[in-house]
Amino acid sequence: MRVLTAIIAIAVGVLVLLGYFLPQAAMLQALLLDWAIILAGTTALIGIFNLVSVHTDKIRHRAKDSIYSAILIMGLLITFILGLVLKPQNPILQSIVLNGIIIPIEATLMGLLAVSLLYAAVRLLRRRADLMGIVFIITAALIFLGSATLPFGDVPIFGTLIRPWVSQIWALGGARGILIGVALGTLTTGLRVLFGMDRPYGGN
Amino acid sequence: MIAPAILVAAAFLLGVITLWKRRSPSHLRDIPAFARLVRALGLSIEDGKRLHISLGHGSLLDARGGSAFAGLALLRTIAERTSVSDMPSVASSGDSTLGLLTQDTLQAGYQAAGVGEAYIHTAGRVTGLTPFSYAAGAMHIAQNETVSTNILIGHFGPEAGLITDASDNINVPIVGASDDIAGQAVLYASAQEPLIGEELFAAGAYLNLDPSHAASLTVQDIFRWLIILALIAGSALKFVRVF
Repeated sequence: MRVLTAIIAIAVGVLVLLGYFLPQAAMLQALLLDWAIILAGTTALIGIFNLVSVHTDKIRHRAKDSIYSAILIMGLLITFILGLVLKPQNPILQSIVLNGIIIPIEATLMGLLAVSLLYAAVRLLRRRADLMGIVFIITAALIFLGSATLPFGDVPIFGTLIRPWVSQIWALGGARGILIGVALGTLTTGLRVLFGMDRPYGGN
Repeated sequence: MIAPAILVAAAFLLGVITLWKRRSPSHLRDIPAFARLVRALGLSIEDGKRLHISLGHGSLLDARGGSAFAGLALLRTIAERTSVSDMPSVASSGDSTLGLLTQDTLQAGYQAAGVGEAYIHTAGRVTGLTPFSYAAGAMHIAQNETVSTNILIGHFGPEAGLITDASDNINVPIVGASDDIAGQAVLYASAQEPLIGEELFAAGAYLNLDPSHAASLTVQDIFRWLIILALIAGSALKFVRVF
């Protein structure tokens, strides 16, 4: 069984890859990608079952804060039933579930994140008081000063000269270097999976 | 024409160098994050605590899949080494396909350690399908499940800051790596041991003695030097106005 899953995965990987370079393999590539999208949709259902299973276990074992697990499952069920009855594109359902609950909660988390990041920046020098930590803080401060919109307009020199110089030359160069490294890592990781050296499937 | 040439060259080099590394194992430079990770693996069993491996929300169907596969390779090693613990590791992900592979990888680790029957399916969890809902679920695990170290490795955006903050509140160390620039900046500021750029893909080589992982690092180094030379040559040619 393990050999079969490896053969299927490697063959599909090679065929999809060939589709990018050989026009003759493009149709097969499109077909395989369609199948992958359908499978991904099915795994979304499995993911939801996993979520329900984890939280049901928590409720059953009366784990700490299991009340939140109960709220999650109730929310899931109510949304699911409303979606079945009213259809997902129903404007009332959209306004209650999407605009009334999901978007405000995500916006709140975004607000929390801003506070968390500020706190992390303050603690950075306590945790790692080295040269790169200091460079990080100074760069962040320069960018903030250059981006700040004040009642009298942009901060002179910072907004017009220093911020573009730091962000367009130093930061952009560094970001491109990092992204090239990530692309090379992705390439070799993909090849390892394609060669069957890494097999995160089929219980290998 | 360049893309297939790069691909064939990379595949050829990976194959040849893997064979070479089998005969003469390479020496890897010290990376503090991996040293801490190795230490955390041992300590978690002694302390009766678990590791939380957060694999991010990278889909396997796009370019972010590379970091997800790198995280799975690390998870496989961790699962094998910690499966005999009283508090086995728990893994979270924010993509359903990745979640399925997470469970499969954990199960494979248990089987490799000879304790396949000890695997419980709730050790691999999909905590949410949007970045923030995923982070909210992972925060809960990081804070409430007797975790000794939080390992964030995969595709994370700025929402990684929420997980690191939750972990910091209870003084649990964090090892973090992301393939996203914003995520990396956040992890650099908030994780005790951040990994920068391609170091994310080196996790397998540092924790696993498999020669293919070390070979992939050498292939990356070769290509990196070629890119550096091409950039310098291109800049010089531009400077002398050849193009």
